[in-house]
Formats: sequence, structure tokens, C-alpha cells
Amino acid sequence: MTDLLTLATSIVERAAAGELLEVYAATGTETEVRSYQGDVESLTSAATSGVGIRVLVQDPRGARVGFASAGSLSPDVIDEVLADARDNARFATPDEMVAFATPDGVPFAELVLEDDALSSVPTDTKIAMAIELERIARASDTRVRQIDEASYGDAVVESAMASTTGIRANTRRSMSWLSLAAIATAGGRDQTGYASAARRGPDALDVEATALEAVHRATRMLGATKPGSTHSPVVFDPRVTATVLAVIASALSGETVTKGRSFFADRVGEVVASPLVTLVDDPTDQRHLSASHTDGEGLACRRNVLIDAGVLRGFVFDTVSARRAGTASTGSAVRGGYGGTPSAGCRALLLEPGELDPEAILAEVGDGVYVQSVTGVHSGVNPISGDFSVGAEGLRIHDGVLGEPLREMTVASTLQRLLLDVVAIGSDVEWLPGVAAGQTLAISDAALSGN
Amino acid sequence: MAAEGSPVRAGVAPRYASGMTTAELIEHDTIDRVLAEALARGGEFAEVFCEDKASSFASMDQRKVEELGNSHERGAGVRVVVGETTGFAHTSDLSERGLLEAARTASSVARGGGATTPVALGTLAVHPVRAHVIPGDVAKERRVELLEAADDAARSAGSSIAQVMVGIGDSRRQIIVANSDGTYATDDLVRTRMNVICVASGDTGMQTGFEPIAKTSGFEIFEREDVPAKARKAARQALSKLEARSAPVGEMPVVLAGGSGGILFHEACGHGLEADAILKEASVYAGRVGQLVASPLVTLVDDGTMDLEWGALAIDDEGRPAARNVLIENGVLTDYMWDWLQSRKGARASSGNGRRESYQCLPMVRMTNTFLLAGTEDPDEIVAQTPRGIYVAQLSGGQVNTATGDFTFGTSEAYLIEDGKLTAPLRDCQLIGNGPEILARVDAIGTDFAMSPGTCGKDGQSVPVGCGQATMRISAMTVGGAAA
Repeated sequence: MTDLLTLATSIVERAAAGELLEVYAATGTETEVRSYQGDVESLTSAATSGVGIRVLVQDPRGARVGFASAGSLSPDVIDEVLADARDNARFATPDEMVAFATPDGVPFAELVLEDDALSSVPTDTKIAMAIELERIARASDTRVRQIDEASYGDAVVESAMASTTGIRANTRRSMSWLSLAAIATAGGRDQTGYASAARRGPDALDVEATALEAVHRATRMLGATKPGSTHSPVVFDPRVTATVLAVIASALSGETVTKGRSFFADRVGEVVASPLVTLVDDPTDQRHLSASHTDGEGLACRRNVLIDAGVLRGFVFDTVSARRAGTASTGSAVRGGYGGTPSAGCRALLLEPGELDPEAILAEVGDGVYVQSVTGVHSGVNPISGDFSVGAEGLRIHDGVLGEPLREMTVASTLQRLLLDVVAIGSDVEWLPGVAAGQTLAISDAALSGN
Repeated sequence: MAAEGSPVRAGVAPRYASGMTTAELIEHDTIDRVLAEALARGGEFAEVFCEDKASSFASMDQRKVEELGNSHERGAGVRVVVGETTGFAHTSDLSERGLLEAARTASSVARGGGATTPVALGTLAVHPVRAHVIPGDVAKERRVELLEAADDAARSAGSSIAQVMVGIGDSRRQIIVANSDGTYATDDLVRTRMNVICVASGDTGMQTGFEPIAKTSGFEIFEREDVPAKARKAARQALSKLEARSAPVGEMPVVLAGGSGGILFHEACGHGLEADAILKEASVYAGRVGQLVASPLVTLVDDGTMDLEWGALAIDDEGRPAARNVLIENGVLTDYMWDWLQSRKGARASSGNGRRESYQCLPMVRMTNTFLLAGTEDPDEIVAQTPRGIYVAQLSGGQVNTATGDFTFGTSEAYLIEDGKLTAPLRDCQLIGNGPEILARVDAIGTDFAMSPGTCGKDGQSVPVGCGQATMRISAMTVGGAAA
């Protein structure tokens, strides 16, 4: 096993005169087991590796960057990637704002992101977890007609970065997850419920809880009807909240802000949300599954307060967007693995939890609609204009408690309005894979469309 | 071109090298030994899928060429099927040692059975590259010229265009599929695309416009397609939405313009007609072959052989020749889409719909180019005969729950229809419906058939697909606007 940081550093040392190099190398192993009708439906085992290289050439009019990547760490492939990246740099428009990160003195946080026990867990144990997940879900309720997907997966990912500008960083993380899609039926009409859980290792997963959650979400939708069109308060399930925060995150990126594509641009210091809303991006909080001590350019991740009691305080920046904005990187470069280049983005968003549990929030809202899940987020939410319209299913809220199920409706507003209309934030934080954690969230008004 | 003593094509060889054949990725004898190893502990089926994919991209933002990039992925996936269980492993090491190790890992699902002997490989079915101008042969200067031409055209559409982002991407994907049933085939596909995204800024905030050009083709598409016209179209879409009002709420007639409206069928029934959902009884269309499932106006086809379209292929990712499959004929469900695994369970032949994102993924049932056949009505008349409703000029994407049939799709350009005429532009919104209900409500189909490209995601795997239809109307569908 090659030491990844040593490998990345050795490539950086090949920089020619007049050029800067930045190397990102990664390896990963993963296992996925799917269970169907009590047997293994599929077992996937894989190891992956790859390298991405950026070459920066200084030009009198600015810097030019070229990029190339490949899914291999073999020496001949690395030669090819380096040559491609150099050639690509010839064609970029010189830009004096373009630069690589340089170490800024912020120390790396000490985080535990790996479950050391994962590597010694036998495949049979993983298979047993997937089969048990399906078995419990099928046995728990006679209305469960089918389990469409029951799976266990895990991955261990290691990455290293090095650059001519002095960057040296590496990280290793693990994750194990369960995923279950249940179909329940009553009166000839099916409803579905999905649940998943992710932790650093298999021991922290609760197979029974995940199975029962999916079944609960499917069975409580049985008999759902399409509501009439109206305006109403809505309460988001924690997963829906996390999904909405992940879209809002795009408007808080220094890249979209400096390129004039964010509705938050020029609004720092202004009220952009309800006073209940404090939104923090903190990858050094290791409760986040996306926690990391290093960002996508090899700088230390740090805590950034974006919205404080409703007032916009700032954005997340990588090196280039920070230079465009006349500020410093907030250690917020993200990149999509070895095949991607860094850009500014949130990594670990948390809405500061409130005092109320979900029941208390429903009681406070009184009458409205509880949104269990949404669809069409990629097509119906526009982070540039802020337009927000999603398909939804959920339950009516009557007199502060959940009532009859509702389906085939849409919920619409704008992202700007949603933030201002927050009336309660739950204490029930769920740590989910992805950019944001989520909790129950109440919104005073949204347009509901149905019949 | 093979390196000394190795079946692997030399890594330093120029990619896209003309004259290279896909078969050089991995040799016949090596495949024989890998398949034998995969079945050494038993099992009914083994497959080696080998892929070499070279991609490049170039992007322009704020009038600057921000980045040119290349990526190169090469590897193989080995699949072993034992009873109802599939074992799968993949590797980027195409040496015989690497492939044999993947075969052993995949075969771990077979426990202690006797070895199965693979059927000898048939004659290699070679499908050479069909693109004329191979992207790897195109000078990078040409990409920069195209980016500039699109950017200039978009900006010329109006002073309120604040931002233009243009991207060009291309890929050449060479595959070899070999399996223990004797299948042995290659494909060599080039795909090229350009996306133009415009942001217009006005008193009411920002609005976006989007226009893609994407074909299973080489750079000759930029000779055939009018790049500046497409860029101006994206710009006009953003500009028109600056004046847009919130979309209405409730059920109303919806007219879909020819082209991207095909997403409706992709979601409303396409996914529900994939045999994996059918055999798990996780689709509202299970058990309904021979029944009326749509308006008699509806004839729906999935066709991987539609040359040039975004979902085109010569063979699927299981080595099966692409085919034209009629799914719904005059409203009657005629067949589902099948891959190898599901067709084995269904005791029938695959329909050529086994696809995978890359060698790192198991194949599953996927659409190729899915479209509704054109009708007989004048598209303008369809609008003229709609007293009130919305007209969707472009869709941005959709999603479906196959078990319930509920699906959504989002608009990126839409207008109110009042008294049979297009009036106010509408802000982006979601439409929601139930597949079987909406299919029954198709009450007019025009003559102006068009296809549009898309990326379809399923179980975490993305594949290129085409969608198509002519202008059509759904008599009632729920529009998810934010109007008071």
C-alpha cells in the first residue's frame, strides 16, 4: 500500500520551472450487500483509486490552470495525467484572481472519522445485517407487502493533497449505512416508506430502528388522499429540512456570491431569516458524517457562522472566491473526489437546534401540513432565483397532532421566504450523510397545490 | 499496441489513437481464464465488462475560459450469478492478475459448488466508432472558439443578461462485454454536448435559462446545430422569466411543447415499465400487459438504435444488441424493458436495456431513448383549443415513485394559456401527477415530434437517455405554483 501523501508529494516535486502543481490522490474500498426475500441479492466488493492534478502557470496577465484526472495511481497513468493537465493550462484565460491555497496557519482539528473496527468486520456479518433489516421490516406489520430494497453498505476512503505552495494534508474516514424501502398496502393501494441510517461503523447502526422507521413511514401513508389547494403552515421532517438547507447552501457559497449568482449577495449584515435562525457550517464538529479536518485545498476546516439570529454574517470561501471577494479562504473548498476541482461550498451545516421536540412543534403549529418527504428538488428548486416548488407527501396536522395522510400535492414558496417564515426549530437533530444535518422545522406559510 | 507481456493497452499510448480497437483492452485468452476462474466455485453465469472511457471538458464563466480538463477511467467489472445471488467486484487493474483477483472476489457468493464450464466465446461482434469527428482529434482551440461563440451570442440577446456559463463535454467510451453464455462484443461510443446557462438580472431578482445540445456523435454536431441560436434561446428564456409571475395552483390542462416534454413519459411510466420494478411488484404497471393503461392516443417506444440520440448504443452494457421496443401501443401495454438478470427470471430474452454507469457498477434495467409517437394535430391548434391552462416550453427534470405511480417534473420555461393564447411567463414550478391517471388524460398529440437529451439517475447510477414527443395536452394535472 503506497503512502498516499508520499505519492502526492513525489508528484509535486516534478513541477517544472514556472509552474505550480497541486495533487489530490485518493483510494477507497467499499462493500455493499442487498438482501431480497431472505437471501443475498447482490454482494459488491471493490477497491478504487485515482489522482487529480492541477497545473498553474503564471502569465503576465494572471494565472492559468489546467486539470486532468484518472482512475488509477500507476506511474504511467500519472505521467499521462500530468501531461494532460499541463496541456490544458495553455488554454485557460489568464486570471489574476486564480491561485492555489497556501498554508494559513490555522491548525487542523483533531477528529476521529474512522471506526477502526470496520476493517475486521467479516463480510458474513454485513450480509447478516442486510438480511435482518429486511426480515424485521417484513415481519413487523402485516400490511408490509414488499421490501423493494434492503441494503447494508460501507466504505473506507483515504485522500491526500500536496502542492508546490506548501500544502500537505491527508485524511481517512469510514462510513457504514443501512437503506430500506418498504411498500405497504391497504385497500388495493400501495404506499412507500424509506429510511436510512449512516454511522462511522456497523456497530453504531441500529438495524431494528431503521427497519421499523421505514415501515412506520409507509404504513402511516396508507389511505392517503390528494388535498385541496390552499395556503397553510407546513412542518418539515428532519430529512426534508436537511434537503432544503443543502439547496440554500449553494447561495451561501463564495463562488456563487462573487459571480453574482446568489440572492444573498450584497446582503451581509441584513436580516435574511427569522430571528430563530442561526446557521453554522462546521466540519470540525465530528457529529457530522461529512466532518473533516481538511478542506478540498488542504487548508484546515473551521467553524463559519453564516446566519446569526436571522442576520446574514458571511459566506464560505475557497482560495479563488476569497481573492475575488477581497477576503481570506474560510477553509471551505469542496471537491467531488479525484475527478473534480475545488470550489467554495458548505460541508457540514447545522441549524442551531431549538427547545421544542417534534410533538411540541406540532402542538404550537396547531393546524397545517406535515411534510414527510419531497420529490423533484433537483428540478423544482432554483438556487439562483430562489423559486421553490416540490412534490410532497405527508400528513394533515389537526389541533396540534398528526392526522390523515396526504399525497400528490406540491409545496411552493421561495427559499428567501422560507427562511423568513421559520416559526419553530426542533431539538431533534438527525445527523445525515450529506451537506446538512436536519431537524423538525415549522414554516408559517406555503402554497399547497392539490385538487 | 499492447505493452510487452501484458494484455493491457499501454497506458502511455495516446487516447483516442485512431486505429485502436476496443478488443485490445483485454485479450481473448485472458477473458477465457477470467470467466473460468469466476465459475470455479460454481454458479450459472459469469461476465466480464471492460471499459475505457476518456472524457474532456471545457468551461467558460464570466467570459473567461475557466478550465479545461480531462479524465480517464479504465477498468473491469466481473459478475457471477449463483441462483438468486449476484456477486460483483471491479478493478482498475486490467492485468490478468488483477482480473483474476476480481473474478475470485465476485465468486465468493458461490460457496463450495463444483466448477461450471463457460460456453466458448463466440465470434467477437465489433461495433466500430460511428462518430465522424473524434473529440480527441479536435484542437483545444476549437473548444475555446465554440465557448466564445455561445457566450457572445447569449450576451447579445439583451443587456439584462448578467451571467453566461457555457460548458462543452465529450467522452469516448469503449467497452468489451464477454460472458459465460458465449457473448463477446464491443462498442465504441462518442458523446458530445454543450450546455448554455444564462442568468438575467432585473428588479424582481435573477432568473435562469438553460439550453443543451447533446448527441451520441462527435464534434460534427457543432456543424449541424446552430450554436449561437441555441445560446440566444437560453438567454431569451432567462429574460422572459424576469417578467414572470408565480405559477397558478390546482388542477388544469397542461400543454407540453415537443421535445423535453418526453420527460413526462420517462417518469410517468418509463421507470414503472422496467422489469426489475415489475418482478418485485414495485410498480403500478405490474401484471397489466394487454390492458389499456393509457389514452388510445399513446404509443410509447424505447429505442436504443436511434442513431445520434443521447441514449443511443450499438449494444447494451451486457452485450445485447440495442433494439426498438414498443412498450405501449394505442394505449395498451405491450411489454416491459428487460436486462439479462430480469429476463432470466421472466424466462424470455433481454430487450437490450441492461445498462450501467461504468465498470464500477452492476447493470440494471434502464431506458435508452424513450418517446411518444407523433399524432395528427396541429400544435398551434392544441394551444388554441385550450381556454385556460399552462404551456410548458421546457422541462428541467422529473422524479417518480414507481410503487405508487406518483411523479413530479419541474418547468424551466412555462406560460399561462388564456383564451387559447400564450400570455404571461411563469416562474419555475413543479407539476405532480399519478402515472396511470395522467396517461389516461392525454387528449391531444401534435405532429411536431422532437427529441431532447437527459441524464437519468437510478439507484445512484447516471446514464444518458433521450426523451421525445410532439406537442401534447393533458386534460388535467396539478400545477404547483406559489400564486396566492
